[in-house]
Amino acid sequence: MSTLKLVVVGNGMAGMRTVEELLKIAPDMYHITVFGAEPHPNYNRILLSPVLAGEQTVDDIILNRREWYAEHGITLHTGSKVTRIDRARRRVIAEDGTEAEYDRLLLATGATPVILPVPGNDLAGVTCFRDIQDVETMVRYSAERRHAVVIGGGLLGLEAANGLRLRGMDVTVVHKHPWLMEKQLDAVAGRMLQQSLENKGLKFLLEKDTEQLVGEAGHVRAVRFKDGQQVPADLVVMAVGIRPNTALAEAAGIHCNRGIVVNDTLQTFDPRIYAVGECVVHRGISYGLVAPLFEQAKVCATHLANFGIGRYAGSVTSTKLKVTGIDLFSAGNFMGGEHTDEIVLHDKVGGVYKKLVLEGDRLVGVCLFGDTADGAWYFQMLKDGKDVHEIRDTLMFGQNHLGDTGHKGQTQAAAMADEAEVCGCNGVCKGSIVKAIKEQGLFTLEDVRKHTKASASCGSCTGLVEQILASCIGGAYQPADSRDKPMCGCTDHSHGTVRQAIREHKLLTIPDVIRLLQWRTPNGCASCRPALNYYLISTWPHEAQDDPQSRFINERAHANIQKDGSYSVVPRMWGGITTPQALRAIADVAEKYRIPTVKVTGGQRIDLLGVKKEDLPDIWSDLAAAGMVSGHAYGKSLRTVKTCVGAEYCRFGTQLSMALGVKLEKMLFGMWAPHKVKLAVSGCPRNCAEAGIKDVGVIGLESGYELYVAGNGGIKTEVAQFLCKVATDAEVMEYSAAFLQLYREEGWYLERTVHFVRRVGLDYVKARVVDDAASRKALYERLLYALQGYQDPWAELARDPRKRREFQLIPVEEPA
Amino acid sequence: MTAWVKIALLEDIPRLGARVVKSARGNIAVFRTGEDQVYALHDRCPHKGGPLSQGIVHGAWVTCPLHGWTIGLPDGCAMAPDQGRTSCFEVKVEDGLVWLKL
Ligand code: SRM
Ligand SMILES: Cc1cc2nc3c(=O)[nH]c(=O)nc-3n(C[C@H](O)[C@H](O)[C@H](O)COP(=O)(O)OP(=O)(O)OC[C@H]3O[C@@H](n4cnc5c(N)ncnc54)[C@H](O)[C@@H]3O)c2cc1C
Ligand code: SF4
Ligand code: FES
Repeated sequence: MSTLKLVVVGNGMAGMRTVEELLKIAPDMYHITVFGAEPHPNYNRILLSPVLAGEQTVDDIILNRREWYAEHGITLHTGSKVTRIDRARRRVIAEDGTEAEYDRLLLATGATPVILPVPGNDLAGVTCFRDIQDVETMVRYSAERRHAVVIGGGLLGLEAANGLRLRGMDVTVVHKHPWLMEKQLDAVAGRMLQQSLENKGLKFLLEKDTEQLVGEAGHVRAVRFKDGQQVPADLVVMAVGIRPNTALAEAAGIHCNRGIVVNDTLQTFDPRIYAVGECVVHRGISYGLVAPLFEQAKVCATHLANFGIGRYAGSVTSTKLKVTGIDLFSAGNFMGGEHTDEIVLHDKVGGVYKKLVLEGDRLVGVCLFGDTADGAWYFQMLKDGKDVHEIRDTLMFGQNHLGDTGHKGQTQAAAMADEAEVCGCNGVCKGSIVKAIKEQGLFTLEDVRKHTKASASCGSCTGLVEQILASCIGGAYQPADSRDKPMCGCTDHSHGTVRQAIREHKLLTIPDVIRLLQWRTPNGCASCRPALNYYLISTWPHEAQDDPQSRFINERAHANIQKDGSYSVVPRMWGGITTPQALRAIADVAEKYRIPTVKVTGGQRIDLLGVKKEDLPDIWSDLAAAGMVSGHAYGKSLRTVKTCVGAEYCRFGTQLSMALGVKLEKMLFGMWAPHKVKLAVSGCPRNCAEAGIKDVGVIGLESGYELYVAGNGGIKTEVAQFLCKVATDAEVMEYSAAFLQLYREEGWYLERTVHFVRRVGLDYVKARVVDDAASRKALYERLLYALQGYQDPWAELARDPRKRREFQLIPVEEPA
Repeated sequence: MTAWVKIALLEDIPRLGARVVKSARGNIAVFRTGEDQVYALHDRCPHKGGPLSQGIVHGAWVTCPLHGWTIGLPDGCAMAPDQGRTSCFEVKVEDGLVWLKL
């Protein structure tokens, strides 16, 4: 097949992102030619604000260097503006005479700033804020002149004003409306913003209409308003809006209506011509922030690659001002209206304002000033259209009101110093994250994880990293819609879709899933394979075959790998109760195999640490001889059932907690789950077994038991929620099992019960497990069926010589 | 002096898995891919020395079990943006027998 020709007009952020996405999926399909009117390779336009403020240089913000174009065989014409499209001959013609032929054409011509139609708008010293050249002009003036007037108190105007102020100019911002950023903020937040900017030395003139720019010898000297007032000006920056750049398309007869009109596949009315970015209008909307443009780019690339998958259905956007030291966030319908309610917190002294707008049980708007820590969290719920009525009471206090561990409970990125540690697992400080975002041009959480490792391990600092991203790239940061986030880089399908396909098509093996759902990789990766394996065996118990090679080493070797490559062994101690005989067997094993450390775990049992892999099968045989089985301390599976002494001995005990704990643990032995599962049974409300932070917690009362679910004692402590009260042991078993089976069937891999319940809602869980007896019984029975005939994996491995072999090293005769 | 040594039957190495050969130069991980290609790497991750043999094999890559770096089986190089390299050994399969050059 001969290579097709793709021509791109506009060497900016949307155009080049589309090319990058295209190269990822169809690297050899096109020979690509790019025309850019600016003399530079593609740069990060967003970061012109920090360049103006002197925080970065032009060189820092280049996204694709010339070598990148060369490496990908792309012909690049810079400083070359396309003036004509000859659709009949399929050619574009540039001002300088360069021509190129296309099979497909991509228009990404961006937008042009609006120039106020007032006298004097063509004087020297009047500029816009759009490209590198504008920034260079402003920098030059700031070195020589004193008075700057910025017309427009929106996002762009304020960033320009802040930059000029930092370069030492005396800056006045002129705005038509009664408060700043009226499209993104309500009046209260707008005034608070004005106050903080005034503290930084900016001056404001609100509700002013510009009448004329007054000149002297061809250079601007002052700005005059309709009310007669006049202010001195050596430099005037117009930031009153942008207009999609459609001139080229219109001249070629492509249908435009305020922007180039495209459908959900980003195709224009000429099927050979696609368009993305600020120049387009999609379902009546033009976007002026990069996050939606990047979504367009991704979809457009799949169509250019003839994959024909993916549709762009529009975006919800959020706003963040990139002025260092000012925290502001808004999204959705933050003004509210007739059918909405508001929750407002306003601390004038502390400089914090938060407004949440609700329509029924959904969050539809957010406006935050001063403390934006939870911006990303609110935005996610807003985009997901999540039902919030269960958390309405505490919604205002944000996601973090319980505090995360590992970064001193810090929740506000803006307040952190550059040296402050953000990611406690990988030792990454704020400064290195900011540096990576700026230098490598990162836009997503995944990018930051890959490049810095921050938030790549336990994830407790994710919120902080998101804030840092938002403060560096402003509204360009958009968390993905959590419900249809792809499982991993191998596929575009989400966990939800994959689970559904496995059930509906009765898929039984990983190759089946990969084939049907068209994975991009031959056998997945280390992140999707374990998930697929779990989905298969949990959906089709006794039918789908477990695949050990798709399990993380701990589950494959039935022991926990340690930092030095040795393993740890934790035998099960049912309900935390042991016997002299079992303790003796553990002691014998520890001596016989010279196990360096014996430790009591936080889960009421004993851990043998520092075991050589080769010794594992023998140790298991010895333990099995004394009646012990695997504690699954390594698995996404049932871990421990913690118990307290209970009515067996305790003077306060109301129920036999030890006995019930043992029964629960025996029932659930061998249960695999999306993540680990821990239970606890306490004999009375003093709760010595800490049932309040377990996946399932049981508390004994005189009259029966209270059941709690979805607690978590780990990275982020989460208190379990009350599910229901029951009378008998048998009911505890049935309700607990039903809850866990629901989690097993509908939870996503690596989602713990707390996150699962947060996603589906406690009401849903209650409906399936408490209110509907038939559903409960069915869930309970499906769990019992799945667990039927489960054998202790240790005994099985120790017995089977073939399986044992994998634990052995292969000795070799070395050549002399 | 180097020479080819016989180490195992191909079927002794699980598909999409590995076995470890104990040599005087340290442990060597011998991998088998989904398409039955065989590769051998020093069993030490370039990051912090994790045992690569214990990782998950996918395509011609293995993901280290300790902190998730992904290492290319043919050349021992870490997948970008991580940087580092593990040394490789020559291997071949003949008549279902796996040979390692030591
Ligand atoms: C051995 C033990 C520490 C100890 O010596 O006490 C332990 C050791 C590990 N924990 Fe833990 N946890 C241990 C009790 C706990 C507890 C307390 C408890 O179970 O009562 C918690 C908090 C309770 C909870 O899970 O809600 C706990 C919360 C975690 C977490 C955070 C989970 C979360 O959802 O937030 C992780 C990380 C993970 O699973 O992703 C973790 C992960 C780990 C791993 C498996 C890390 C790893 O992947 O290698 C550690 C393995 C060490 C090793 O090599 O053996 N461990 N870990 C405890 C084993 C208990 C047992 O008998 O099975
Ligand atoms: C100072 C500033 C700060 C910003 N801050 C943010 C922010 O914090 N968050 C955010 O999300 N967004 C921000 N934006 C907006 C963001 O930069 C734009 O949404 C984005 O760059 C638009 O991408 P695009 O590819 O559509 O257009 P552009 O990036 O403008 O690219 C279009 C390119 O096409 C070229 N071109 C036009 N016509 C022709 C032609 N006929 N022939 C050849 N070349 C042509 C232009 O010269 C231009 O280089 C900011 C913008 C500015 C100016
Ligand atoms: S045992 Fe748990 S808390 Fe301790 S270092 Fe390991 S993962 Fe962290
Ligand atoms: S040792 Fe391999 S990833 Fe850290």
